[in-house]
Amino acid sequence: MNNFKELSFKTVTYIASLFTIVVLLGIIFSIFLGGTPVFQYVSLTKFLSSPSWHPTHDPPDFGILSLIIGSLLVTAGALVISIPLGLGSAIYISEIASQRVREILKPIIELLAGIPSVVYGLFGMAFLSPFLIRIFKIPTGLNIFSASIILGLMVVPIISSLSEDALSSVPKSLREASLALGANKWETIIRIVVPAAKAGIISSIILGFGRAVGETMVVLMVAGGAAQIPSNIFQPVRPMPATIAAEMGETVIGSPHFYALYGIAIILFVITFISILITEFIVMRKKR
Amino acid sequence: MRRIIALIAVLTMVAVPVFAGKDNKITISGSTTVLPIAQACAEIFMDMNPEVNISVRGGGSSVGIAAIIAGTADIGDASRHINTKELNQARENGVNPYENIVANDGIAVVIHKNNPVHALTLAQLKDIYTGNIQNWKDLGGPNLPIVVISRDVSSGTFEVFNTIVLQNEKVLDGSLMLASNNAVATTTAETPGAIGYIGLGYLNDNLNTVQIEGIMPSKQTIQSMEYPISRTLHMYTNGAPKGLVKEFIDFILSVEGQEIVEEQGFISVD
Repeated sequence: MNNFKELSFKTVTYIASLFTIVVLLGIIFSIFLGGTPVFQYVSLTKFLSSPSWHPTHDPPDFGILSLIIGSLLVTAGALVISIPLGLGSAIYISEIASQRVREILKPIIELLAGIPSVVYGLFGMAFLSPFLIRIFKIPTGLNIFSASIILGLMVVPIISSLSEDALSSVPKSLREASLALGANKWETIIRIVVPAAKAGIISSIILGFGRAVGETMVVLMVAGGAAQIPSNIFQPVRPMPATIAAEMGETVIGSPHFYALYGIAIILFVITFISILITEFIVMRKKR
Repeated sequence: MRRIIALIAVLTMVAVPVFAGKDNKITISGSTTVLPIAQACAEIFMDMNPEVNISVRGGGSSVGIAAIIAGTADIGDASRHINTKELNQARENGVNPYENIVANDGIAVVIHKNNPVHALTLAQLKDIYTGNIQNWKDLGGPNLPIVVISRDVSSGTFEVFNTIVLQNEKVLDGSLMLASNNAVATTTAETPGAIGYIGLGYLNDNLNTVQIEGIMPSKQTIQSMEYPISRTLHMYTNGAPKGLVKEFIDFILSVEGQEIVEEQGFISVD
Protein backbone atom coordinates (compact mmCIF):
# COMPACT_ATOMS: atom_id res chain seq x y z
CA MET A 1 0.00 0.00 0.00
CA ASN A 2 2.77 2.38 1.01
CA ASN A 3 4.64 1.39 -2.10
CA PHE A 4 1.65 2.24 -4.23
CA LYS A 5 1.30 5.64 -2.54
CA GLU A 6 4.93 6.40 -3.13
CA LEU A 7 4.78 5.33 -6.75
CA SER A 8 1.66 7.37 -7.51
CA PHE A 9 3.16 10.43 -5.80
CA LYS A 10 6.30 10.01 -7.88
CA THR A 11 4.25 9.73 -11.06
CA VAL A 12 2.14 12.81 -10.31
CA THR A 13 5.13 15.03 -9.58
CA TYR A 14 6.98 13.62 -12.57
CA ILE A 15 4.07 14.45 -14.88
CA ALA A 16 3.81 17.94 -13.37
CA SER A 17 7.45 18.71 -14.07
CA LEU A 18 7.26 17.14 -17.51
CA PHE A 19 4.19 19.25 -18.31
CA THR A 20 6.07 22.47 -17.49
CA ILE A 21 8.89 21.48 -19.82
CA VAL A 22 6.49 20.56 -22.62
CA VAL A 23 4.68 23.90 -22.30
CA LEU A 24 7.99 25.78 -22.30
CA LEU A 25 9.22 23.93 -25.39
CA GLY A 26 5.83 24.54 -27.03
CA ILE A 27 6.11 28.27 -26.40
CA ILE A 28 9.67 28.43 -27.73
CA PHE A 29 8.66 26.41 -30.78
CA SER A 30 5.59 28.58 -31.45
CA ILE A 31 7.38 31.94 -31.26
CA PHE A 32 10.10 30.71 -33.60
CA LEU A 33 7.49 29.27 -35.93
CA GLY A 34 5.57 32.55 -35.83
CA GLY A 35 8.58 34.80 -36.13
CA THR A 36 10.87 33.26 -38.74
CA PRO A 37 8.55 34.04 -41.73
CA VAL A 38 9.28 37.75 -41.24
CA PHE A 39 12.69 37.12 -42.77
CA GLN A 40 11.03 36.50 -46.12
CA TYR A 41 10.16 40.20 -46.10
CA VAL A 42 13.20 41.71 -44.39
CA SER A 43 16.73 40.39 -43.81
CA LEU A 44 17.85 39.64 -40.24
CA THR A 45 20.54 42.35 -40.47
CA LYS A 46 18.04 44.96 -41.63
CA PHE A 47 15.48 43.84 -39.03
CA LEU A 48 18.05 44.38 -36.27
CA SER A 49 19.91 47.41 -37.62
CA SER A 50 17.25 49.66 -39.17
CA PRO A 51 15.72 52.18 -36.74
CA SER A 52 12.60 52.71 -38.88
CA TRP A 53 9.48 50.96 -37.53
CA HIS A 54 6.47 51.75 -39.75
CA PRO A 55 4.72 48.37 -39.90
CA THR A 56 1.41 49.57 -41.38
CA HIS A 57 2.88 52.03 -43.85
CA ASP A 58 2.80 51.22 -47.52
CA PRO A 59 5.49 49.92 -48.12
CA PRO A 60 6.13 48.87 -44.51
CA ASP A 61 9.42 49.32 -42.62
CA PHE A 62 10.32 46.54 -40.21
CA GLY A 63 13.40 47.81 -38.38
CA ILE A 64 13.51 47.25 -34.64
CA LEU A 65 16.80 48.92 -33.67
CA SER A 66 14.95 51.84 -32.06
CA LEU A 67 12.75 49.39 -30.14
CA ILE A 68 15.76 47.41 -28.87
CA ILE A 69 17.51 50.61 -27.84
CA GLY A 70 14.32 51.81 -26.16
CA SER A 71 14.06 48.59 -24.16
CA LEU A 72 17.72 48.61 -23.14
CA LEU A 73 17.62 52.29 -22.10
CA VAL A 74 14.56 52.02 -19.85
CA THR A 75 15.96 48.80 -18.37
CA ALA A 76 19.36 50.38 -17.70
CA GLY A 77 17.60 53.36 -16.11
CA ALA A 78 15.52 51.02 -13.98
CA LEU A 79 18.66 49.25 -12.73
CA VAL A 80 20.39 52.56 -11.92
CA ILE A 81 17.46 53.27 -9.60
CA SER A 82 16.76 49.80 -8.26
CA ILE A 83 20.31 48.54 -7.54
CA PRO A 84 21.16 51.16 -4.87
CA LEU A 85 17.65 51.06 -3.40
CA GLY A 86 17.34 47.27 -3.49
CA LEU A 87 20.85 46.53 -2.30
CA GLY A 88 20.72 49.27 0.32
CA SER A 89 17.50 47.98 1.82
CA ALA A 90 18.80 44.39 1.68
CA ILE A 91 21.94 45.35 3.63
CA TYR A 92 19.90 47.32 6.13
CA ILE A 93 17.36 44.53 6.70
CA SER A 94 19.92 41.75 6.87
CA GLU A 95 22.78 43.42 8.75
CA ILE A 96 21.71 46.52 10.59
CA ALA A 97 18.01 46.48 11.46
CA SER A 98 16.78 45.06 14.75
CA GLN A 99 14.63 41.94 14.69
CA ARG A 100 11.45 44.05 15.11
CA VAL A 101 12.23 46.54 12.35
CA ARG A 102 13.17 43.64 10.06
CA GLU A 103 9.83 41.96 10.66
CA ILE A 104 7.99 45.13 9.67
CA LEU A 105 10.21 46.20 6.77
CA LYS A 106 10.53 42.87 4.95
CA PRO A 107 6.82 42.30 4.26
CA ILE A 108 6.37 45.94 3.23
CA ILE A 109 9.06 45.67 0.56
CA GLU A 110 7.61 42.36 -0.57
CA LEU A 111 4.20 44.02 -0.80
CA LEU A 112 5.72 46.32 -3.42
CA ALA A 113 6.17 43.21 -5.58
CA GLY A 114 2.48 42.36 -5.24
CA ILE A 115 1.17 45.59 -6.75
CA PRO A 116 -0.20 44.88 -10.26
CA SER A 117 1.88 46.46 -13.00
CA VAL A 118 -1.13 48.30 -14.41
CA VAL A 119 -1.39 50.18 -11.11
CA TYR A 120 2.26 51.20 -11.43
CA GLY A 121 1.48 52.30 -14.98
CA LEU A 122 -1.49 54.40 -13.91
CA PHE A 123 0.58 56.03 -11.20
CA GLY A 124 3.24 56.89 -13.77
CA MET A 125 0.76 58.24 -16.28
CA ALA A 126 -1.56 60.20 -14.01
CA PHE A 127 0.82 61.38 -11.29
CA LEU A 128 4.51 61.12 -12.14
CA SER A 129 4.29 62.36 -15.72
CA PRO A 130 2.50 65.71 -15.03
CA PHE A 131 4.77 66.17 -12.00
CA LEU A 132 7.91 65.79 -14.14
CA ILE A 133 6.58 68.27 -16.72
CA ARG A 134 6.20 70.89 -13.97
CA ILE A 135 9.52 70.17 -12.26
CA PHE A 136 11.81 69.85 -15.28
CA LYS A 137 9.88 72.01 -17.77
CA ILE A 138 10.09 69.20 -20.34
CA PRO A 139 7.64 68.88 -23.25
CA THR A 140 6.33 65.43 -22.24
CA GLY A 141 6.31 63.40 -19.05
CA LEU A 142 6.04 60.07 -20.86
CA ASN A 143 9.70 59.32 -21.52
CA ILE A 144 12.72 57.17 -20.68
CA PHE A 145 13.20 58.92 -17.35
CA SER A 146 9.69 58.35 -16.01
CA ALA A 147 9.51 54.77 -17.32
CA SER A 148 12.87 54.07 -15.64
CA ILE A 149 11.62 55.37 -12.31
CA ILE A 150 8.47 53.24 -12.37
CA LEU A 151 10.27 50.13 -13.66
CA GLY A 152 13.00 50.73 -11.06
CA LEU A 153 10.42 50.74 -8.25
CA MET A 154 9.02 47.47 -9.58
CA VAL A 155 12.44 45.82 -9.60
CA VAL A 156 13.44 46.98 -6.08
CA PRO A 157 11.63 44.13 -4.25
CA ILE A 158 13.24 41.51 -6.50
CA ILE A 159 16.77 42.77 -5.92
CA SER A 160 16.06 43.51 -2.27
CA SER A 161 14.56 40.19 -1.22
CA LEU A 162 16.95 38.00 -3.24
CA SER A 163 20.02 39.95 -2.09
CA GLU A 164 18.74 39.83 1.47
CA ASP A 165 18.50 36.03 1.21
CA ALA A 166 22.07 35.91 -0.09
CA LEU A 167 23.35 38.21 2.67
CA SER A 168 21.54 36.30 5.44
CA SER A 169 22.99 33.02 4.29
CA VAL A 170 26.56 34.25 4.77
CA PRO A 171 27.81 32.22 7.79
CA LYS A 172 27.80 34.04 11.08
CA SER A 173 31.36 32.87 11.75
CA LEU A 174 32.68 35.09 8.96
CA ARG A 175 31.19 38.20 10.57
CA GLU A 176 32.44 37.17 14.00
CA ALA A 177 35.94 36.55 12.69
CA SER A 178 36.00 39.95 11.00
CA LEU A 179 34.80 41.76 14.12
CA ALA A 180 37.26 39.82 16.25
CA LEU A 181 40.12 40.98 14.03
CA GLY A 182 39.20 44.56 14.84
CA ALA A 183 37.07 45.54 11.82
CA ASN A 184 34.03 47.68 12.64
CA LYS A 185 30.50 46.88 11.48
CA TRP A 186 30.72 49.00 8.33
CA GLU A 187 34.00 47.39 7.25
CA THR A 188 32.63 43.94 8.00
CA ILE A 189 29.58 44.54 5.80
CA ILE A 190 31.43 46.07 2.87
CA ARG A 191 34.64 43.98 2.90
CA ILE A 192 33.36 40.62 4.15
CA VAL A 193 29.60 40.03 3.97
CA VAL A 194 28.80 41.66 0.62
CA PRO A 195 31.73 40.00 -1.23
CA ALA A 196 30.74 36.64 0.28
CA ALA A 197 27.20 37.09 -1.03
CA LYS A 198 28.39 38.39 -4.40
CA ALA A 199 27.00 35.54 -6.50
CA GLY A 200 23.52 35.88 -5.00
CA ILE A 201 23.54 39.65 -5.37
CA ILE A 202 24.64 39.52 -9.02
CA SER A 203 22.00 36.94 -9.87
CA SER A 204 19.33 39.08 -8.15
CA ILE A 205 20.37 42.00 -10.36
CA ILE A 206 20.24 39.87 -13.49
CA LEU A 207 16.80 38.56 -12.54
CA GLY A 208 15.75 42.18 -11.98
CA PHE A 209 17.08 42.98 -15.46
CA GLY A 210 15.00 40.16 -16.92
CA ARG A 211 11.90 41.43 -15.13
CA ALA A 212 12.43 45.01 -16.34
CA VAL A 213 13.21 44.15 -19.94
CA GLY A 214 10.11 41.97 -20.27
CA GLU A 215 7.69 44.21 -18.36
CA THR A 216 4.92 45.28 -20.71
CA MET A 217 2.16 47.29 -19.07
CA VAL A 218 4.35 49.95 -17.50
CA VAL A 219 6.34 50.71 -20.64
CA LEU A 220 3.14 50.66 -22.70
CA MET A 221 1.62 53.32 -20.45
CA VAL A 222 4.62 55.41 -19.41
CA ALA A 223 7.42 55.18 -22.01
CA GLY A 224 5.52 57.25 -24.59
CA GLY A 225 5.65 54.80 -27.47
CA ALA A 226 7.72 56.80 -29.98
CA ALA A 227 9.75 54.49 -32.24
CA GLN A 228 12.87 56.66 -32.37
CA ILE A 229 16.46 56.63 -31.21
CA PRO A 230 16.35 59.22 -28.42
CA SER A 231 18.90 61.97 -27.99
CA ASN A 232 18.26 62.49 -24.27
CA ILE A 233 16.54 60.74 -21.37
CA PHE A 234 13.51 63.04 -21.50
CA GLN A 235 12.43 61.71 -24.88
CA PRO A 236 9.80 59.01 -25.41
CA VAL A 237 10.77 55.54 -26.62
CA ARG A 238 8.90 52.42 -27.70
CA PRO A 239 10.25 49.34 -25.90
CA MET A 240 9.79 45.91 -27.50
CA PRO A 241 7.09 44.46 -25.18
CA ALA A 242 4.96 47.61 -25.55
CA THR A 243 5.13 47.29 -29.33
CA ILE A 244 3.93 43.69 -29.27
CA ALA A 245 1.14 44.41 -26.79
CA ALA A 246 -0.11 47.52 -28.57
CA GLU A 247 -0.08 46.13 -32.09
CA MET A 248 -0.81 42.40 -31.82
CA GLY A 249 -4.54 42.87 -31.12
CA GLU A 250 -5.27 44.68 -34.36
CA THR A 251 -2.94 42.83 -36.68
CA VAL A 252 -4.16 40.42 -39.31
CA ILE A 253 -2.97 36.91 -38.46
CA GLY A 254 -0.47 35.76 -41.08
CA SER A 255 0.47 39.25 -42.32
CA PRO A 256 4.13 40.42 -42.45
CA HIS A 257 3.36 42.77 -39.54
CA PHE A 258 2.12 39.79 -37.49
CA TYR A 259 5.32 37.85 -38.21
CA ALA A 260 7.42 40.93 -37.39
CA LEU A 261 5.79 41.16 -33.94
CA TYR A 262 6.68 37.50 -33.37
CA GLY A 263 10.18 38.38 -34.59
CA ILE A 264 10.38 40.97 -31.80
CA ALA A 265 9.20 38.28 -29.38
CA ILE A 266 12.10 36.07 -30.51
CA ILE A 267 14.63 38.83 -29.84
CA LEU A 268 13.05 39.53 -26.45
CA PHE A 269 13.11 35.83 -25.62
CA VAL A 270 16.77 35.52 -26.61
CA ILE A 271 17.68 38.49 -24.37
CA THR A 272 15.86 37.12 -21.30
CA PHE A 273 17.10 33.59 -22.04
CA ILE A 274 20.71 34.77 -22.06
CA SER A 275 20.18 36.67 -18.79
CA ILE A 276 18.76 33.53 -17.13
CA LEU A 277 21.66 31.45 -18.47
CA ILE A 278 24.14 33.89 -16.94
CA THR A 279 22.33 33.66 -13.58
CA GLU A 280 22.40 29.86 -13.68
CA PHE A 281 26.07 29.93 -14.62
CA ILE A 282 26.93 32.18 -11.66
CA VAL A 283 24.92 30.06 -9.21
CA MET A 284 26.50 26.86 -10.54
CA ARG A 285 30.04 28.21 -10.37
CA LYS A 286 29.46 29.25 -6.79
CA LYS A 287 28.31 25.75 -5.84
CA ARG A 288 31.52 24.18 -7.09
CA MET B 1 0.92 35.52 -22.33
CA ARG B 2 0.97 37.24 -25.73
CA ARG B 3 1.57 33.93 -27.40
CA ILE B 4 -1.30 32.39 -25.50
CA ILE B 5 -3.62 35.19 -26.60
CA ALA B 6 -2.53 34.73 -30.19
CA LEU B 7 -3.06 31.00 -29.87
CA ILE B 8 -6.56 31.49 -28.46
CA ALA B 9 -7.30 33.91 -31.28
CA VAL B 10 -6.22 31.34 -33.85
CA LEU B 11 -8.15 28.55 -32.16
CA THR B 12 -11.37 30.55 -31.91
CA MET B 13 -11.11 31.52 -35.56
CA VAL B 14 -10.83 27.85 -36.43
CA ALA B 15 -13.57 26.90 -33.99
CA VAL B 16 -16.18 29.45 -35.11
CA PRO B 17 -17.48 27.62 -38.20
CA VAL B 18 -17.75 24.40 -36.18
CA PHE B 19 -19.85 25.87 -33.41
CA ALA B 20 -21.90 28.37 -35.37
CA GLY B 21 -25.22 26.66 -35.72
CA LYS B 22 -26.71 28.50 -38.70
CA ASP B 23 -30.27 28.93 -37.48
CA ASN B 24 -30.46 31.44 -34.66
CA LYS B 25 -26.85 32.33 -34.11
CA ILE B 26 -25.04 35.42 -35.34
CA THR B 27 -21.29 35.77 -35.00
CA ILE B 28 -19.79 39.23 -35.18
CA SER B 29 -16.13 40.14 -35.08
CA GLY B 30 -13.93 43.05 -36.02
CA SER B 31 -13.24 46.68 -35.18
CA THR B 32 -12.89 47.54 -31.51
CA THR B 33 -14.43 50.92 -32.40
CA VAL B 34 -17.66 49.28 -33.55
CA LEU B 35 -17.51 46.69 -30.75
CA PRO B 36 -19.46 48.69 -28.12
CA ILE B 37 -22.27 49.35 -30.64
CA ALA B 38 -22.43 45.70 -31.67
CA GLN B 39 -22.32 44.54 -28.07
CA ALA B 40 -24.97 46.90 -26.70
CA CYS B 41 -27.32 46.26 -29.65
CA ALA B 42 -26.76 42.50 -29.40
CA GLU B 43 -27.73 42.47 -25.72
CA ILE B 44 -31.00 44.28 -26.31
CA PHE B 45 -31.75 42.30 -29.47
CA MET B 46 -31.24 39.06 -27.53
CA ASP B 47 -33.54 40.31 -24.76
CA MET B 48 -36.23 40.93 -27.36
CA ASN B 49 -35.59 37.59 -29.11
CA PRO B 50 -34.58 35.10 -26.41
CA GLU B 51 -34.04 32.27 -28.90
CA VAL B 52 -31.33 34.24 -30.70
CA ASN B 53 -27.70 33.97 -29.69
CA ILE B 54 -25.26 36.64 -30.84
CA SER B 55 -21.57 36.36 -30.11
CA VAL B 56 -19.53 39.52 -30.47
CA ARG B 57 -15.74 39.68 -30.62
CA GLY B 58 -13.22 42.43 -31.23
CA GLY B 59 -9.96 41.97 -33.08
CA GLY B 60 -9.80 45.06 -35.27
CA SER B 61 -11.19 46.18 -38.62
CA SER B 62 -8.79 44.00 -40.58
CA VAL B 63 -9.86 40.98 -38.57
CA GLY B 64 -13.54 41.77 -39.20
CA ILE B 65 -13.09 42.06 -42.94
CA ALA B 66 -10.86 38.98 -42.99
CA ALA B 67 -13.62 37.07 -41.14
CA ILE B 68 -16.14 37.98 -43.83
CA ILE B 69 -13.71 36.94 -46.56
CA ALA B 70 -13.01 33.64 -44.80
CA GLY B 71 -16.69 33.13 -43.95
CA THR B 72 -15.92 32.71 -40.24
CA ALA B 73 -18.36 35.45 -39.14
CA ASP B 74 -21.79 36.62 -40.26
CA ILE B 75 -20.97 40.26 -39.66
CA GLY B 76 -17.53 41.86 -39.90
CA ASP B 77 -17.21 45.22 -38.14
CA ALA B 78 -14.88 47.80 -39.65
CA SER B 79 -14.18 51.43 -38.86
CA ARG B 80 -12.79 51.91 -42.37
CA HIS B 81 -13.77 50.97 -45.91
CA ILE B 82 -12.68 47.68 -47.40
CA ASN B 83 -9.51 48.16 -49.47
CA THR B 84 -8.74 46.92 -52.97
CA LYS B 85 -6.47 44.14 -51.78
CA GLU B 86 -9.17 42.78 -49.50
CA LEU B 87 -11.82 43.17 -52.19
CA ASN B 88 -9.74 41.11 -54.62
CA GLN B 89 -9.17 38.49 -51.95
CA ALA B 90 -12.93 38.35 -51.32
CA ARG B 91 -13.70 37.91 -55.03
CA GLU B 92 -11.20 35.06 -55.20
CA ASN B 93 -13.09 33.39 -52.35
CA GLY B 94 -16.42 33.99 -54.05
CA VAL B 95 -17.46 36.42 -51.33
CA ASN B 96 -19.29 39.66 -52.09
CA PRO B 97 -18.65 42.10 -49.20
CA TYR B 98 -21.67 44.35 -48.61
CA GLU B 99 -21.20 47.53 -46.62
CA ASN B 100 -23.88 48.48 -44.05
CA ILE B 101 -23.28 51.92 -42.55
CA VAL B 102 -24.39 51.73 -38.92
CA ALA B 103 -23.00 54.92 -37.39
CA ASN B 104 -20.99 58.07 -38.00
CA ASP B 105 -17.85 58.95 -36.13
CA GLY B 106 -15.63 61.97 -36.12
CA ILE B 107 -12.07 62.32 -34.94
CA ALA B 108 -11.60 65.54 -33.03
CA VAL B 109 -8.21 67.23 -32.81
CA VAL B 110 -7.48 68.40 -29.29
CA ILE B 111 -4.84 70.51 -27.57
CA HIS B 112 -4.06 71.58 -24.01
CA LYS B 113 -6.70 73.90 -22.57
CA ASN B 114 -4.24 76.79 -22.11
CA ASN B 115 -3.14 76.72 -25.74
CA PRO B 116 -4.73 79.70 -27.57
CA VAL B 117 -4.54 78.12 -31.05
CA HIS B 118 -8.12 77.37 -32.06
CA ALA B 119 -8.08 76.58 -35.76
CA LEU B 120 -5.86 74.54 -38.06
CA THR B 121 -6.00 73.51 -41.69
CA LEU B 122 -5.60 69.92 -42.84
CA ALA B 123 -2.26 70.93 -44.39
CA GLN B 124 -1.00 72.39 -41.09
CA LEU B 125 -2.16 69.26 -39.27
CA LYS B 126 -0.23 67.13 -41.73
CA ASP B 127 2.88 69.29 -41.26
CA ILE B 128 2.60 68.88 -37.49
CA TYR B 129 2.24 65.12 -37.67
CA THR B 130 5.08 64.68 -40.16
CA GLY B 131 7.41 66.97 -38.21
CA ASN B 132 7.57 69.94 -40.62
CA ILE B 133 6.08 72.26 -38.00
CA GLN B 134 7.60 71.71 -34.57
CA ASN B 135 6.69 74.78 -32.54
CA TRP B 136 3.35 76.38 -31.69
CA LYS B 137 4.78 79.83 -32.49
CA ASP B 138 4.67 78.92 -36.20
CA LEU B 139 0.91 78.48 -35.83
CA GLY B 140 0.23 81.73 -33.99
CA GLY B 141 0.59 80.18 -30.56
CA PRO B 142 3.15 80.47 -27.75
CA ASN B 143 6.83 79.58 -28.17
CA LEU B 144 6.39 75.97 -27.10
CA PRO B 145 7.61 72.76 -28.77
CA ILE B 146 4.73 70.69 -30.13
CA VAL B 147 4.28 67.31 -28.47
CA VAL B 148 2.71 65.16 -31.16
CA ILE B 149 0.41 62.45 -29.82
CA SER B 150 -0.89 59.71 -32.06
CA ARG B 151 -2.64 56.37 -31.69
CA ASP B 152 -0.87 53.09 -32.31
CA VAL B 153 -0.36 52.46 -36.01
CA SER B 154 -2.55 49.36 -36.01
CA SER B 155 -5.63 51.06 -34.52
CA GLY B 156 -8.62 51.95 -36.69
CA THR B 157 -8.48 55.53 -35.46
CA PHE B 158 -4.91 55.89 -36.71
CA GLU B 159 -5.94 54.38 -40.01
CA VAL B 160 -8.59 57.05 -40.60
CA PHE B 161 -6.26 59.81 -39.47
CA ASN B 162 -3.55 58.33 -41.67
CA THR B 163 -5.81 58.30 -44.73
CA ILE B 164 -7.45 61.72 -44.30
CA VAL B 165 -4.71 63.78 -42.66
CA LEU B 166 -1.35 62.13 -43.30
CA GLN B 167 -2.37 60.89 -46.75
CA ASN B 168 -0.15 57.90 -46.14
CA GLU B 169 2.98 59.87 -45.27
CA LYS B 170 4.93 58.48 -42.34
CA VAL B 171 4.00 59.82 -38.94
CA LEU B 172 6.87 61.59 -37.15
CA ASP B 173 9.14 59.05 -35.41
CA GLY B 174 9.26 61.14 -32.25
CA SER B 175 5.50 61.25 -31.74
CA LEU B 176 3.98 59.56 -28.70
CA MET B 177 2.08 56.50 -29.84
CA LEU B 178 -0.55 55.72 -27.22
CA ALA B 179 -2.74 52.67 -26.90
CA SER B 180 -6.22 54.15 -26.34
CA ASN B 181 -8.48 57.19 -26.81
CA ASN B 182 -8.44 57.64 -23.05
CA ALA B 183 -4.66 57.65 -22.88
CA VAL B 184 -4.55 60.33 -25.60
CA ALA B 185 -7.17 62.47 -23.81
CA THR B 186 -5.43 62.22 -20.42
CA THR B 187 -1.95 62.88 -21.78
CA THR B 188 -3.08 65.83 -23.90
CA ALA B 189 -4.87 67.38 -20.92
CA GLU B 190 -1.67 67.14 -18.85
CA THR B 191 0.88 68.21 -21.45
CA PRO B 192 0.98 71.96 -22.26
CA GLY B 193 2.47 71.53 -25.76
CA ALA B 194 0.39 68.53 -26.75
CA ILE B 195 -1.78 67.87 -29.78
CA GLY B 196 -3.76 64.67 -30.09
CA TYR B 197 -6.79 63.18 -31.82
CA ILE B 198 -9.67 61.26 -30.26
CA GLY B 199 -13.22 60.09 -30.89
CA LEU B 200 -15.97 62.66 -30.25
CA GLY B 201 -17.18 60.69 -27.23
CA TYR B 202 -13.93 61.37 -25.38
CA LEU B 203 -14.02 65.18 -25.55
CA ASN B 204 -14.12 66.91 -22.17
CA ASP B 205 -13.66 70.30 -20.53
CA ASN B 206 -9.98 69.72 -19.84
CA LEU B 207 -9.24 69.84 -23.56
CA ASN B 208 -9.52 72.46 -26.28
CA THR B 209 -11.06 71.24 -29.50
CA VAL B 210 -9.54 72.68 -32.66
CA GLN B 211 -11.51 73.77 -35.73
CA ILE B 212 -10.32 71.98 -38.85
CA GLU B 213 -10.65 73.97 -42.09
CA GLY B 214 -12.85 76.34 -40.06
CA ILE B 215 -15.28 73.66 -38.94
CA MET B 216 -15.85 72.40 -35.42
CA PRO B 217 -16.53 68.69 -35.06
CA SER B 218 -20.16 68.24 -34.02
CA LYS B 219 -23.06 65.89 -34.63
CA GLN B 220 -24.32 67.94 -37.57
CA THR B 221 -20.97 68.57 -39.25
CA ILE B 222 -20.00 64.91 -38.95
CA GLN B 223 -23.34 63.55 -40.23
CA SER B 224 -23.05 65.84 -43.23
CA MET B 225 -19.36 64.87 -43.64
CA GLU B 226 -18.70 68.62 -43.72
CA TYR B 227 -16.11 68.21 -40.97
CA PRO B 228 -13.02 66.93 -42.80
CA ILE B 229 -11.94 64.19 -40.37
CA SER B 230 -15.18 62.23 -40.19
CA ARG B 231 -15.89 58.65 -41.06
CA THR B 232 -18.63 56.10 -41.26
CA LEU B 233 -18.63 52.89 -39.22
CA HIS B 234 -19.54 49.70 -41.02
CA MET B 235 -20.83 46.20 -40.59
CA TYR B 236 -19.83 44.08 -43.56
CA THR B 237 -21.89 41.10 -44.63
CA ASN B 238 -21.49 38.60 -47.46
CA GLY B 239 -24.00 40.00 -49.93
CA ALA B 240 -26.94 42.14 -48.79
CA PRO B 241 -28.01 41.00 -45.30
CA LYS B 242 -30.85 38.50 -45.15
CA GLY B 243 -32.77 36.51 -42.57
CA LEU B 244 -31.72 36.97 -38.98
CA VAL B 245 -28.69 39.09 -39.86
CA LYS B 246 -30.99 41.48 -41.72
CA GLU B 247 -33.31 41.66 -38.70
CA PHE B 248 -30.35 42.53 -36.48
CA ILE B 249 -28.94 45.21 -38.79
CA ASP B 250 -32.43 46.67 -39.28
CA PHE B 251 -32.66 46.86 -35.50
CA ILE B 252 -29.39 48.82 -35.27
CA LEU B 253 -30.66 51.22 -37.93
CA SER B 254 -34.04 51.65 -36.16
CA VAL B 255 -34.71 54.62 -33.89
CA GLU B 256 -34.02 52.48 -30.83
CA GLY B 257 -30.78 51.11 -32.29
CA GLN B 258 -29.53 54.57 -33.22
CA GLU B 259 -30.25 55.73 -29.66
CA ILE B 260 -27.87 53.02 -28.51
CA VAL B 261 -25.31 54.27 -31.05
CA GLU B 262 -25.55 57.75 -29.51
CA GLU B 263 -25.36 56.35 -25.97
CA GLN B 264 -22.07 54.72 -26.95
CA GLY B 265 -20.63 58.10 -27.88
CA PHE B 266 -21.02 57.93 -31.65
CA ILE B 267 -23.16 59.93 -34.06
CA SER B 268 -26.35 58.40 -35.42
CA VAL B 269 -26.77 57.77 -39.12
CA ASP B 270 -28.61 60.70 -40.65
